[in-house]
Amino acid sequence: MAAPKKGRGPAGGQGRPGRSLALILIAMVALTGGMFLADQPTPRLGIDLAGGTSITLEAKAEPGQESAINKTNMDTAVQIMERRVNGLGVSEAEVQTQGESNIIVNIPKGTNSAQAREQVGTTAKLYFRPVLTVAQGTPTPAPSASSTDKASPSAEPSAKASDKASSSAKPSSTATTQGRAVTGALKADPTPSPKASTTPEASATPTASAEEQAAAADLQKKFEALDCSSKASRSKASQGTKATDTVVACEQDGSAKYVLGPAEVDGTDVDSAKAAINQQTGQWIVQMEFTDGGAKKFNKTTGKLAQQQQPQNQFAIALDGEVVSAPSVSQALSANAEISGSFTQQSAEDLANVLSYGALPLSFEEQSVTTVTAALGGEQLRAGLIAGAIGLALVVIYLVAYYRGLAFIALLSLLVSGILTYTIMSLLGPAIGFALNLPAVCGAIVAIGITADSFIVYFERIRDEIREGRTLRPAVERAWPRARRTILVSDFVSFLAAAVLFVVTVGKVQGFAFTLGLTTLLDVVVVFLFTKPVMTIMARTKFFASGHPWSGLDPKRLGAKPPLRRSRRVNAPTDPKEA
Amino acid sequence: MSRLGNLGARLYRGEVGYDFIGNRKIWYGISILITITAIVGLAVSGLNMGIEFKGGAVFTTPKTSVSVSEAEDVATEASGHQAIVQKLGNGGLRIQITEVDTAKSDQIKGELSKSLDVPEEKIAADLVGPSWGEQIANKAWTGLGVFMVLVVIYLAIAFEWRMAIAALVALIHDITITVGIYALVGFEVTPGTVIGLLTILGYSLYDTVVVFDSLKEGTKGITKQTRWTYSEIANRSINGTLVRSINTTVVALLPVAGLLFIGGGVLGAGMLNDISLALFVGLAAGAYSSIFIATPLVADLKEREPQMKALKKRILAKRAAAAAKGELNEAEQAEQADEQYPEDAAPAGAVVGQRQEPPRGHGRTPGKRR
Repeated sequence: MAAPKKGRGPAGGQGRPGRSLALILIAMVALTGGMFLADQPTPRLGIDLAGGTSITLEAKAEPGQESAINKTNMDTAVQIMERRVNGLGVSEAEVQTQGESNIIVNIPKGTNSAQAREQVGTTAKLYFRPVLTVAQGTPTPAPSASSTDKASPSAEPSAKASDKASSSAKPSSTATTQGRAVTGALKADPTPSPKASTTPEASATPTASAEEQAAAADLQKKFEALDCSSKASRSKASQGTKATDTVVACEQDGSAKYVLGPAEVDGTDVDSAKAAINQQTGQWIVQMEFTDGGAKKFNKTTGKLAQQQQPQNQFAIALDGEVVSAPSVSQALSANAEISGSFTQQSAEDLANVLSYGALPLSFEEQSVTTVTAALGGEQLRAGLIAGAIGLALVVIYLVAYYRGLAFIALLSLLVSGILTYTIMSLLGPAIGFALNLPAVCGAIVAIGITADSFIVYFERIRDEIREGRTLRPAVERAWPRARRTILVSDFVSFLAAAVLFVVTVGKVQGFAFTLGLTTLLDVVVVFLFTKPVMTIMARTKFFASGHPWSGLDPKRLGAKPPLRRSRRVNAPTDPKEA
Repeated sequence: MSRLGNLGARLYRGEVGYDFIGNRKIWYGISILITITAIVGLAVSGLNMGIEFKGGAVFTTPKTSVSVSEAEDVATEASGHQAIVQKLGNGGLRIQITEVDTAKSDQIKGELSKSLDVPEEKIAADLVGPSWGEQIANKAWTGLGVFMVLVVIYLAIAFEWRMAIAALVALIHDITITVGIYALVGFEVTPGTVIGLLTILGYSLYDTVVVFDSLKEGTKGITKQTRWTYSEIANRSINGTLVRSINTTVVALLPVAGLLFIGGGVLGAGMLNDISLALFVGLAAGAYSSIFIATPLVADLKEREPQMKALKKRILAKRAAAAAKGELNEAEQAEQADEQYPEDAAPAGAVVGQRQEPPRGHGRTPGKRR
């Protein structure tokens, strides 16, 4: 950097090289300073370099609701997942959207990734549905029901169901299921005894048309066949259903199965929920608070339910189609509600978690899970750096061999470009969550070539001018406008490719595109603000101007035309004017 | 260098040169042959899609003493699917199992850890659902399409539509060849490959644009002279930028070679290797196509213009007249050595340098001041 200083004095006429250099110097100092101020002396490393787990999820729209995948819903989902993962005590877990329908969850090494994965994977939708029928969780139609409710043999529920009636028995086993109770203000109903009930007119199913009857019969068949004993079949039970359907569902632990009415309140209506100890009973309870809209709906629903008999006075908290809890209601409730039952601290907290974070507006499917051990990550980082060093060394050797003294300018420019890239990458870590991953490293390495290309275009232009017999100073200035256009056009094409890739693609491709785009932009900045001014200044030094054999600009070696050179000398005084 | 530099100078002045345009039919033929081979290869053997596209799991173990075949047996048994095991440069193993879902892979990982005697947390796993790969591939295709449309529009504005078409043909040519080589050799296609392939887009065009830029400059004011036809100028543009094209390609290939060496030699497999392999093949194809395909195509398209046809006719007539005079031929060759670009020679002719100096200088000054 000694040379630029020397040249700054007489900078004047030729595009003010000093000013451009000062500008880029200030930019570099500012960026480096910012980097240390932000305490980010290195770029943030991606999972594949630092180790950890990366989960890619894709949003699946419900049939007929494709428009549900929009920015608002995706952002909500990200927030919820973030709370969930970080609620596990995972520090620095990071959740971000990618593309239109993907969410990436990055969990750094050293955390229980299996647990986190399960939590994120449980990208549940939460509904409050009225309970229409309850039975034990196996296909055998109501064995314990018939024992406790002699009046309803196994055939009867189906017959009644087709009348829009629901019949069921509540097996004693479910009586101990946690949370089978609700208190509005105070009233607790902790031990509902097994009993069956039949109500000809379930509130959610008004008198039926033939079509609806067929549907109901179908539902009843499904209900009877439902086997809640395996996890797979439990999650299958609710597949493809909509919030407005009457559905069959299993208790989460498989102990009971339900027919549930259309959702009356959904998870987004819950403002918050927390586990607490009831001061009077010393038992764990879950306190819920609804949003304004939610409170109204909940009040209406509970008011209706409180009129009903067991089990129709219950509402089920259904999470991703599985019933987490089905408390019964004894009076209309409003914004604040409390669920009590035989909770343990763990189960109360779980339910509170589900209530407050479970309200994902979309369902998600795990697309890919990448677990990188710290050792492998380190190795990949090392390999990437070595590859970069080798690539850089090869480019340097080639440039020096071919361009000699000019290579010095090229190397300085590469250095400047490197510093800018590094600091910007470091700063982008906290700013937009940029993390350097392996493809991004690849992009940076490939960019060495693109950046060096610009210098080659310019240098070759200068040499062409010298070949035409010009001396260096006019050659440098004359070559610039032509080289500039070529550089801009080709960099634009490169940047276009990077931008399109970044916008359109997902995953690893995106990281690569980002680096490529960034380095292409920086290439333009460096060529304009650094390489060209330095070249202008260097053209004034004797070493380059006299065409020293090692300058890479020796007219003889370049085969400049002797006649023209002679004529140039005659014309020499006109040079400055021209320049 | 001096020899190369000299060659550069002689190429620049057109003293030496290869008749790219004249021999274009040969190169078209070669390219068509290669392209057909590539397409046939693609149709017959198809692409060897990696786990990331088919769905499945890839496990990477640290250094282990277990042999490849042993590990293969263990993995195949644990998963119920054929496992492919590779030894990595660092002594570790890379185990690929197709068609397992993400849930099952945890179980497989456990069994692998037991049988290979490696702690479970030291095994890196990459689990991919089948639709994910499809999504990546679809998006890549979309990206490719969008990019092509935008580039054609841009080149048509920055240059002209003929160049845009030629660049597009060259681009498709490069991609077809790269994909064809993947099909024929049976290299595995991974997201890394897709990244590499998509990067070629920018790169292949970068090269082409450099040649086009010189071509555009060289043909400025072409109708005002009667010395060269469009094709001849195009040929000189290629030759004149040949050194630059070679340099840019070499400089682009060198870092990629570094990646390939480290990716293939040290890590054995993985992202670095995949990206660099695709880039290497694509860049080579790109350098070839911008010189042998894109520019001759532009010349072909351009020569169909009535204006250019007329020009060619005039030039041929003039040459015929000159040939009749016999000697003049030699004189013209002498001039040829002196001449740079037609625009330089445009006003009148023979003695080049000085006389054109002033107008040229003035003409460009505004640009320089910026």
